[in-house]
Amino acid sequence: MSEVTKLIHKYLRHDKKFPHVWCPGCGIGIMLGALIRAIDRIGFEKDEVVLVSGIGCSGRLPVYVDFNTLHTTHGRALTFATGVKLANPRLKVIVIMGDGDAVAIGGNHFIHAARRNIDVTSIILNNSIYGMTGGQSSPTTPYGMKSSTTVYSNIEQDFKISELAVTAGAVFVGRGTVYHARLLDSLIEKAILKPGFSMVEVIAHCHTQYGKQNRLGSAVEMMEWQRDHSVMVEKTDTLKPEELKDKIVIGVLVDKQLPVYQDEYKKIRERAMGMAGR
Amino acid sequence: MLLQGNEAVVEGALRAGCRFFAGYPITPATEISEILSVKLPQVEGTFIQMEDEIASLGAVVGASLAGVKSMTATSGPGFSLMQENLGFAIIAEVPCVIVNVMRGGPSTGLPTFPSQSDVMQARWGTHGDHPAIVLSASTVRECYDMTIKAFNLSERFRTPVVLLIDEVVGHMREKMILSEGEEVEIFNRVKPTVPPEWYIPYEDTPSGIPAMANFGEGYRYHVTGLTHDVRGFPTSRPDEIGPFIARLHRKISQHFSEIQMTEFFQNEDAEITIVAYGCVARSAKRAVFELREKGFKVGLLKLVTIWPFVRSAVEKVLQTSKILLVPEMNMGQISREVKRVNRGMAKVFTLNKVDGTIITPEEIVNRIMEVS
Repeated sequence: MSEVTKLIHKYLRHDKKFPHVWCPGCGIGIMLGALIRAIDRIGFEKDEVVLVSGIGCSGRLPVYVDFNTLHTTHGRALTFATGVKLANPRLKVIVIMGDGDAVAIGGNHFIHAARRNIDVTSIILNNSIYGMTGGQSSPTTPYGMKSSTTVYSNIEQDFKISELAVTAGAVFVGRGTVYHARLLDSLIEKAILKPGFSMVEVIAHCHTQYGKQNRLGSAVEMMEWQRDHSVMVEKTDTLKPEELKDKIVIGVLVDKQLPVYQDEYKKIRERAMGMAGR
Repeated sequence: MLLQGNEAVVEGALRAGCRFFAGYPITPATEISEILSVKLPQVEGTFIQMEDEIASLGAVVGASLAGVKSMTATSGPGFSLMQENLGFAIIAEVPCVIVNVMRGGPSTGLPTFPSQSDVMQARWGTHGDHPAIVLSASTVRECYDMTIKAFNLSERFRTPVVLLIDEVVGHMREKMILSEGEEVEIFNRVKPTVPPEWYIPYEDTPSGIPAMANFGEGYRYHVTGLTHDVRGFPTSRPDEIGPFIARLHRKISQHFSEIQMTEFFQNEDAEITIVAYGCVARSAKRAVFELREKGFKVGLLKLVTIWPFVRSAVEKVLQTSKILLVPEMNMGQISREVKRVNRGMAKVFTLNKVDGTIITPEEIVNRIMEVS
């Protein structure tokens, strides 16, 4: 049996009726594969993994996987994840979000989870559009691009999700694309192993909505664009700012140490119990 | 002990086994957060202040799924924000408790003045067809008892339970006797006993309440806010959607007797009955004494359970009384229900006050004398 078949048998739910909801050519499958490979390499038991998601195409990911899975309300995945993690710190909590989920409706939860340094891993699929609802503009739709709600042109500036996570205090920030699948595997693995709030931004294509409305071609062509416009973070020193202008910087952007929430809370408990004379 | 209503809520929550609280500061419920931030870490529990009330209830639901009894406390504006995840807790059948110390509204309204204007929001605030269990309290002791009851009902029926108190009851100090060895009934969620491969997380059992596995205990299953089949997977099949929504209602409606609590006072010969709840029930009790002294045959029906509406108890006093008075600190949210079940049995009068002050015994006495 091939390695891939073994992983499919081990991690995909047998009782969930396939086919999945995603369009043919979608990048979510690549992200899911990277996530499963990372978890398998780390060697977590399936029982100790909690996979949490919000709403949208990415929100449908957990249902296919044989972990404890929690499909929450739009943008609120990190709040549920916070409760799960603090109630049972032994659980490994991984949160899947889309760009609308993480930085539009859930933007506040995102920056606060990062600031608190809750020990969860966020994986954010950034495809620059609301795919499931039919291609409306999202906070990461670039200026000048088209969508179902910006048919003339998008006049807003876009959020840079990774840079937002860095500013909000995330201790691990990585960015990859669905084209660079092997890099994605290692970024997700590092993020999961990092104590504290870690985040991986996954640049993906939505050829069905974003690509079609902006005439960017097929899924393959959009992935080739990812290949041609990505620069490893280590190489950015040698490039001039104008060379970096339309580039996606990929790799590990931040890896630092800060006190982790539940470790700090353990100390609070010890102090509180001491004061209560126990 | 001399305790405030909000303090009694804390004592009740800890007694019931609450070990997780997530909240956001809001008057007049803040004491509950502040005290739990001190007491929960002392009992190996967790307190966290979230970025808003949406996040607070999200964290509470997450913690409950991980197996810890969880609660939040808020007031009207925060309760509005919680409606989204309240609906999630209902459809995903996650036990949790939400205390709403009611203040005047709409919007920011009257932060430090009492009100009873969230009665209908507690019933219908979140979208979609859903059942609701909502309790109230009119004394400090009842704050304690009903918080425990709220946890028990939420664990028993796998549903969020709302405890509605008001600014008066929340901030009022009263003597409360709590003896050390006092026996309190504590109910914990029923867990599956079958092997994981046999577990059907949303199975339609005769009671309507499926066994609940906590995350991490070997029963890996899917929890979603989408309408789902018995395995928890999203469904769009009419033959699965209908029975699921019906079960959500049936698990509550076939257990009314366990949920519905009322108190009758001086009702044996009453020709006039006051129907009241929360801090108004206190004034109503006093009014009963005063009216009895004046020779009126008056009784009180105090509602402790607000939802599901205690139809049978109200019908009983509608049949035995000529007049019902429903004094409320809103524009008539429960009186509307009383009128709905009346169907010509008695005359139903209202006394509504929405100026941020309490309804006094004198006002109830005067209203009764006016209508009788």
